[in-house]
Amino acid sequence: MIANYGYKDGSGDFFISIDTNKCMECEEKPCMEACPAGILEKFADDYNDVVVGVKEEHRKKIKYSCAECKPASGKRNLACQAACKPDAIAHTW
Amino acid sequence: MVEVKEFWRWKEYNWKNPDIQWKDAAVITAGVDVGSVSSQAVVMCDNEIYAFANMRTGSDSPNGALNAMKWALEDTGMTLDDIHCKVGTGYGRVNVPFADRAITEIACHAKGANYMYGPTVRTIMDMGGQDCKAIRCDEKGKVVSFLMNDKCAAGTGRGMESFASLLGVSIEEVGELSLQVEEEPPPVSNTCVVFAKTEATGLLRSGWSTEKVLAAYCSAMAHRVVSLLERIGMEEDFAITGGIAKNVGVVSRLEKELGVKALKPRYDTQIAGAMGAALFAKALVEKGENR
Amino acid sequence: MITAGIDVGNKNTRALILKDGEVLARSLVPSGFDQKKAARDVFDATLKRAGISEADVDYTMATGTGQEKVTFAHGRVTEVSSAARGAVKIFPGARTVIDVGAEEGRAIKTDEKGKVMDFAINEKCAAGTGSFVESMSRALEVTLEEMGPLSLNGENSVPMNAQCAVFAESEVISLIHSRIPKEDIAKSIHEAMASRISSMVRRVGIQKDVVMLGGVAYNKGFVEALEEDLELKLLIPEDYPEYISAFGAALVAVDKAGSK
Repeated sequence: MIANYGYKDGSGDFFISIDTNKCMECEEKPCMEACPAGILEKFADDYNDVVVGVKEEHRKKIKYSCAECKPASGKRNLACQAACKPDAIAHTW
Repeated sequence: MVEVKEFWRWKEYNWKNPDIQWKDAAVITAGVDVGSVSSQAVVMCDNEIYAFANMRTGSDSPNGALNAMKWALEDTGMTLDDIHCKVGTGYGRVNVPFADRAITEIACHAKGANYMYGPTVRTIMDMGGQDCKAIRCDEKGKVVSFLMNDKCAAGTGRGMESFASLLGVSIEEVGELSLQVEEEPPPVSNTCVVFAKTEATGLLRSGWSTEKVLAAYCSAMAHRVVSLLERIGMEEDFAITGGIAKNVGVVSRLEKELGVKALKPRYDTQIAGAMGAALFAKALVEKGENR
Repeated sequence: MITAGIDVGNKNTRALILKDGEVLARSLVPSGFDQKKAARDVFDATLKRAGISEADVDYTMATGTGQEKVTFAHGRVTEVSSAARGAVKIFPGARTVIDVGAEEGRAIKTDEKGKVMDFAINEKCAAGTGSFVESMSRALEVTLEEMGPLSLNGENSVPMNAQCAVFAESEVISLIHSRIPKEDIAKSIHEAMASRISSMVRRVGIQKDVVMLGGVAYNKGFVEALEEDLELKLLIPEDYPEYISAFGAALVAVDKAGSK
């Protein structure tokens, strides 16, 4: 399953998408530790797969939560993506 | 005194299948979908819908869930104890005190749409009171891909309510009125409902009719929904659920932009989530996991 | 030399006339739905107040989101550039400029000459703009002007879940129903908006001095919330924080007129 967490508003599309089929194969889930804002969590989804998702309290302000890794200009450093071994995390913005 | 009209108000109702004797049923299950704006309860006897209720969610969700359930059971003689398994879903799913299990509205919508529209459904667009969900599922109603937008009012029932109030039009008339234009106007340019309302005020002042402004808003809403569908990938058959599915002004423009016809609903489009919850409840009973 | 800056915003249009570095006159009109007329009207009013005629003005510079509507202007400058230029003129130490208006929010990084180094804009969504506070004031049934003082009297804040102005309105109404004092609600509203503005500012990087401009700078409740969030003191132009872009545009006009 491709799970998209985030939102679209007047200012744009802000989603983190997680490929749960890839994510469930990874035991350690190092992405959670890697995220400086601590927005990721591990849980069992509706089909009982243990996967990573964006914490509820961050879903509606993800543009702001992720701001630290995405400066207005200069190099972006997406720590979660870099840490994800199965390449399951993508950002839309 | 000035009468305050509630333009957002839509009809709440309950329904019961007169052909079913619930006492003959082997498995009775229920699903309750507690949304931020409306709540639905569906009762299933074996494979059939027996009864449902659709109402506005009150300010506290535990009562909202119970009220919807009680209303669905009105005049049936059935009590909560007669139901073998109850599943809660929706934004207020953790606040359904009588539920045996809580399941996300994404999974429930896919499951419910699979039943309501048949197993050929691959893409579901749910336009609810306070969120939009784009869901892709397989032939069993299992989610393949999803996106939920509950941050922004654009594209939601609440946004439409707010817009309808500004124009003094009842929410139930918006769709029909928006089609009463000779020529389709360009869509409202602001996505944000707050800014769209300011824009609408300007359009009215410049001489646009209420119908024309509604047409411009409905087409902006359709356009926004298309962009959500594009993100998850659109595959036929396509179904629209939720309260906005009853708005012909949005639905017809959405179909036109997608170049795809939505499946005709056989049931109330607002009960898809509760329906799916009742089906999950049935699966739990069959697996012996209902308690 | 006499120059003028005209700033056409979504809500208000402002004009400012400068003579040899001194402000001769300034005025404001609501932009309404005819920005072209608003620009003309505000310019005429300002000329009258300054006691001069249009022919006396050497150079007129337009700025703001509706700058192209100022057909009589000699030139145009972006609202980001005019804000930075104006802010640095008033506060020479300014390196970060926060400009929050009715329908936009901006964070600008500038050099010592008022040249823009980097910026971030929050627009097209009411949540990070003055419109948010305005919508909330309606839900609280107080005037926009009362929001600031009300919030300064707030003691506890309640977390606001809604990020959208439309949803936040419903949330505020339910907070009122659950008898949360209006002061506390107002405080929470400002904190919620401050956190959105501060993360926008962090994206361009915070370098002191930090200046706050725009109509929202009049709102002391918001300013306090933002200062707490950013953990620093904001510099705010005393008399007219919302005229700084028009002022900056008039300064740019001086350069242009000089090189003509």
